[in-house]
Amino acid sequence: MKSIKFILAGILFGIIMSKSEAISWYRIQEMFRFQSFHMYGLMGTAVVLGSLAVFLIKKFKINDYTGKPITFQDKDKSFPRYIIGGTIFGLGWALTGACPGPMFVNIGHGYFGMFIVIFGALVGTYIYGLIKNKLPH
Amino acid sequence: MLELLRQPWPWYTSGAAIAFIMILLLYFGKYFGVSSNLRTICTIAGAGKKVSFFDFDWKTQKWNLLFLFGAILGGVISSTLLKNNQPLQLSGATITDLKAIGISFDGNLNPSQLFGPDAIFSIKGILILLFGGLLVGFGARYAGGCTSGHAISGLTNMQLPSLIAVAGFFIGGLAATYLILPYLF
Repeated sequence: MKSIKFILAGILFGIIMSKSEAISWYRIQEMFRFQSFHMYGLMGTAVVLGSLAVFLIKKFKINDYTGKPITFQDKDKSFPRYIIGGTIFGLGWALTGACPGPMFVNIGHGYFGMFIVIFGALVGTYIYGLIKNKLPH
Repeated sequence: MLELLRQPWPWYTSGAAIAFIMILLLYFGKYFGVSSNLRTICTIAGAGKKVSFFDFDWKTQKWNLLFLFGAILGGVISSTLLKNNQPLQLSGATITDLKAIGISFDGNLNPSQLFGPDAIFSIKGILILLFGGLLVGFGARYAGGCTSGHAISGLTNMQLPSLIAVAGFFIGGLAATYLILPYLF
């Protein structure tokens, strides 16, 4: 059961990403061209409801299922790494139409070209690890 | 019920469901962030022997790999049991704009010009997908997260860095949409 709950959560995630069509290259283009509210509504709803949940978890000090307090990690304060890294990410997102989750969900749909994208993403991750100390953070 | 689930889900249902996933992972004592898995896979492949960034106990991330495995299964279920036979309802303006830059809309999730057999066995097709993926992987780690880690987990925790990263996602996405894609096809 310890492992299965994560697989089940993943299955649900894969279904949501599929049925919301957020894994579609076309939907991502529609978003970057501001021609539909769909993706903005989706992210907006998730962020508003999620923020409310995070606020309540903090306010009422809610524990996880093992009884440990749920903790949140603050991101390191910086500007360059977020704006540069984010921009590089965005370039790839619009080209492939897939961020890391949808790359894998698309494999489940039989889009085996996504293996090339995933391989590229692994190479990109490796290159980051290799040159990380030389980059402005 | 199954028929209802097969239809494309509206943004409000989907958005609420994504928030639910995030809360569920918090309740499991974890967090919502998919791109960390790319680092974990590099570590499993042995990258930790040469590069210290990958030198960590990957078993602490086993739960996230299981989540990722589930995501693939979710894709399988959506394309079989929950398959919807209607073509994607893409905005007419997007169809026209894409046509103008040489990309045709075929009603599927992804264009065959990028993901069809002809594309993924051509040098040009492989290079686009490989380079695009490389940018996603590099950028996600440099920015310390992707759409899930920053746009959902970070923004819901009121993190300014995540807002900067999301602004970056859009700068890059708009640049690729208007300055790169028109010259590829």
